[in-house]
Amino acid sequence: MEFALDFTKKQLESIESILEDELIDIGVQCVVLIDLAGNVIVNLDNGESDHDVYSLAALAAANFGAVNAMANIIGEQEFSLLFHKGDKDSIHFSKVGDDLLLLTIFGKEVSLGFLRLKIAEAIKNIQATL
Amino acid sequence: MALINPKKKEVQVKIVYYGPGRGGKTTNLEYINKKFKSRIKSEMVTVKTYNDRTLFFDFLPFDIGVIKGHTIKVQFYTVPGQVKYNATRKLVLRGVDGIVFVADSMELRREMNIRSLQNLEENLGSMNKNLNKIPLVLQYNKRDLAKEGIPLLSIETMEEDLNKTLNAPSFPASAVVGDNVAETMKKIISLTVSSLKKKLDVGEEK
Repeated sequence: MEFALDFTKKQLESIESILEDELIDIGVQCVVLIDLAGNVIVNLDNGESDHDVYSLAALAAANFGAVNAMANIIGEQEFSLLFHKGDKDSIHFSKVGDDLLLLTIFGKEVSLGFLRLKIAEAIKNIQATL
Repeated sequence: MALINPKKKEVQVKIVYYGPGRGGKTTNLEYINKKFKSRIKSEMVTVKTYNDRTLFFDFLPFDIGVIKGHTIKVQFYTVPGQVKYNATRKLVLRGVDGIVFVADSMELRREMNIRSLQNLEENLGSMNKNLNKIPLVLQYNKRDLAKEGIPLLSIETMEEDLNKTLNAPSFPASAVVGDNVAETMKKIISLTVSSLKKKLDVGEEK
């Protein structure tokens, strides 16, 4: 698979504003939109988190690839949703279209159900900008 | 392919160290990490198995400064060299911009080098990429072992085996000692970045 993703400044600004409104505003710590090669396309945070998003992106892309390979083994096309739960913070991964992944890092104060709704909304809006 | 962010004026470039298992790919990255600490803002990430072999990849981000108004962020990856991890190698190769092929100079490893290079060509082929068209540097690693009396392949033999049709720049090296590790890295960065310059010119107009 080859990636031919180019974003204009305007697209990036629209994506940032969607992520800010849908996710950062509900209390999410950090959101990172990446491609499946592990590149960071957009990253936003609430001003309090200081994660190494480039390493996170490389690992997340690989992790997603590995999980997809597992899906194929059991006869699934892919697992479109991945979620890792921690003691304090958790990561939610969601596919955006065919080539992008949205990572959302959030703490206990955000409910997973509400977050999933907001993520679905954000993804719909992001896809409209692509 | 490299990701250009016209808003942040930033380019992310992916360079993959490829080669047979135990050939010194991780050692190359470890040396770079130590030697160029000031340019590396985060920790090197490695995903290893219990016996210290690379399971998934190593990852090292490296800032090389500004070119044509864009901050260039080079991201070095290694692949797991062991034959059985081919699915993982394919994943790591996704979106690759430049490749360093780290060959093992030990006479015993001659066949493994050739097979690993073939495997690289096949994997790139499955992504509709051609090894002849991608920035590539060959490194003949472990030259230091000659001093310990371990039989090594001559550079001529390695060139004949691996580089006859590719004609890529090549370096004899010792990743453990650091000989030609920086030179290999500088060469692949310069080849990869020049291949991107045309794209950056277009990007500037956006």
